[in-house]
Amino acid sequence: MKIHEFQAKKLLAEYGVPVPPGRVAATPEQAREAAQELGGPVVVKAQVHAGGRGKGGGIKTAATPEEAEQAATQILGMRLVTPQTDAEGKLVHRVLVEEQTAVERELYLSVLVDSASSRTTMIASAAGGVEIEQVAAEQPEAIHRVAIDPAVGFQPHEGRELAFALDLGGDLLRPAVGLMTALYRCFTEKDCSLVEINPLVVTGDGRLLALDAKITFDDNALFRREEIAAMRDTDEEDPLEVQAQELGISNYVKLDGNIGCVVNGAGLAMATMDSIKLAGGEPANFLDIGTVNDVSRVVSAFRILTADPSVKAVLINIFGGMARVDIIAEGVVAAHREMDIRIPVVVRLAGTNVEEGERILGESGLSVIRADDLGEAASKAVEAAGKNGT
Amino acid sequence: MSVLVDQSTRVIIQGITGREGSLQARLCIEYGTKVVAGVTPGRGGESFEGVPIFNTVREAARETNADCSFIVVPPPFAADAILEAAHADIPLVICITEGIPTMDMVGVKRALQGGDSRLIGPNCPGVITPGECRVGIMPGDVFSAGAVGVVSRSGTLVYEAVAQLTNRGIGQSTCIGVGGDPIIGTTQREALELFDKDTETAAVVLIGEIGGSAEQEAADYLRGMSKPVIAFIAGATAPPGRRMGHAGAIIAGDTGTARAKQEALSAAGAVICESPAEIGATTERVLKDAGLI
Repeated sequence: MKIHEFQAKKLLAEYGVPVPPGRVAATPEQAREAAQELGGPVVVKAQVHAGGRGKGGGIKTAATPEEAEQAATQILGMRLVTPQTDAEGKLVHRVLVEEQTAVERELYLSVLVDSASSRTTMIASAAGGVEIEQVAAEQPEAIHRVAIDPAVGFQPHEGRELAFALDLGGDLLRPAVGLMTALYRCFTEKDCSLVEINPLVVTGDGRLLALDAKITFDDNALFRREEIAAMRDTDEEDPLEVQAQELGISNYVKLDGNIGCVVNGAGLAMATMDSIKLAGGEPANFLDIGTVNDVSRVVSAFRILTADPSVKAVLINIFGGMARVDIIAEGVVAAHREMDIRIPVVVRLAGTNVEEGERILGESGLSVIRADDLGEAASKAVEAAGKNGT
Repeated sequence: MSVLVDQSTRVIIQGITGREGSLQARLCIEYGTKVVAGVTPGRGGESFEGVPIFNTVREAARETNADCSFIVVPPPFAADAILEAAHADIPLVICITEGIPTMDMVGVKRALQGGDSRLIGPNCPGVITPGECRVGIMPGDVFSAGAVGVVSRSGTLVYEAVAQLTNRGIGQSTCIGVGGDPIIGTTQREALELFDKDTETAAVVLIGEIGGSAEQEAADYLRGMSKPVIAFIAGATAPPGRRMGHAGAIIAGDTGTARAKQEALSAAGAVICESPAEIGATTERVLKDAGLI
């Protein structure tokens, strides 16, 4: 789960990470008031779940409260297009008005779980303010990493090692180690999957400051982090994906094609998308229906797919293991009974209780298109979508 | 011959009285797996389908000489269940649970380090040696005994690949689902190593997917293998930055792409399947070319 910059900064501040003084504003008037309260020049920053906001005109400086109001007028309500959004961009509902900072140096600091070492890992670079992927590609020697032993947690010497690598000696050493320790604590105590400060700056008056902050959380741990789950902003998510989650289908990702997919298992779902592509088509979504043991879940999946106007054919590919194929078949029948489904539906069933599933579909009298294997299912779906027009 | 499990494997099921646990326990017993004990705290002394239930794994292991534990418990309790099995010195621990918090697995992986317990999973279909022992949730009847080892991050893709193999009369030595999470007990590389050392495994089908660098690490080992390896990587069409169900399946950086993984595996000598529908046919061709069938 992603959160906004202002939420991330508030959380980090609670852990003792220094952040610039700032206020959130939803209207230009609020932005002016915020600038007045802060006093002096400010930065007005669009709050959307995407990086690269400055490039799209989502970050503006303002010398006076009136300028802050003007900047907010321009930013609020705009569809902000950045290198990380699609062409439509993201609608800006809020801005963060922050005190302007004189920047001496820009650094990079992040914490994530590295699956190769199975350890929480802190990554630091003296090349801040640019995408870390770009630094990794162009000057890998500029990236420093420490894999942290979970048995003892982040150690001061690990902090010193990174701090010296970033040339944060002298008076900045202790604050740097303290900031890194706070970051690690926040990461582990809140079940984060990424905490990134880019840039972490040394200010003109010699302080460390988190000028930007990005945090994502482990969805699997939200059950025990109510305070984190409460920060979710569904305005930032695809409406179809939100609807899917409300219907209990958490593994749905909207894509650009026209063949709706219902598959069990993430791997098979990806392989089904790949097969559609190889057959000359484009998948409209990724949907892992998971272990299905009730009919309503299948009906919900149909609701999601048919709510997407770009879907011209549906491909159901189920290889039952823990999921039972007969339940899926009943679900397909129920969906056709409860809804007016006019798009062609291709069904491929295999695995646990497949005979029963075949019987249910056969006796239903539905005109679904049957396929025996994955390749056949994909090519029939592509053909059906083509006939149904795009 | 096979790896990890066979007809002599003595299995404990942790969570045997749960909804999913009891269903899977029945299916394992039906398949012929030697299920010797169940563990449900507070239900010790009862039995399930003739299998004695114990309060703790330690007690179950002591009383039944079990050497494998099959964990079917919900995510909030899974890390504790894995560690309970490890602390009771169970040599093989197989956990199918999907949705365990990553932080829990960071701790589990650290605790298992240097110990004698091997973990398979979590978020996996388990392990099956066809005709002998099923410790997992896979549909038993698509598997057939033979000489091809299968290792996969995805569960349903194991079934898909195996069904294609079985349809062509190609049996499997053992099939291992290593799991779709970012932190797993046994990696694809380690699974390849097991198959490489197994005298009855003649070739290996490796099924990877986008995200992480586990396939590149497997490729490093593969370079020194003499047995043929056939590989498929799922998610070639997935857009970067979007998580495709499995917590590990997200393209972040170039190593995570299907193309980078295919290239690494191909350079190490694997035969790459572009299409998931061609895994069976490609394996048959490779086995014929190598004179193995």
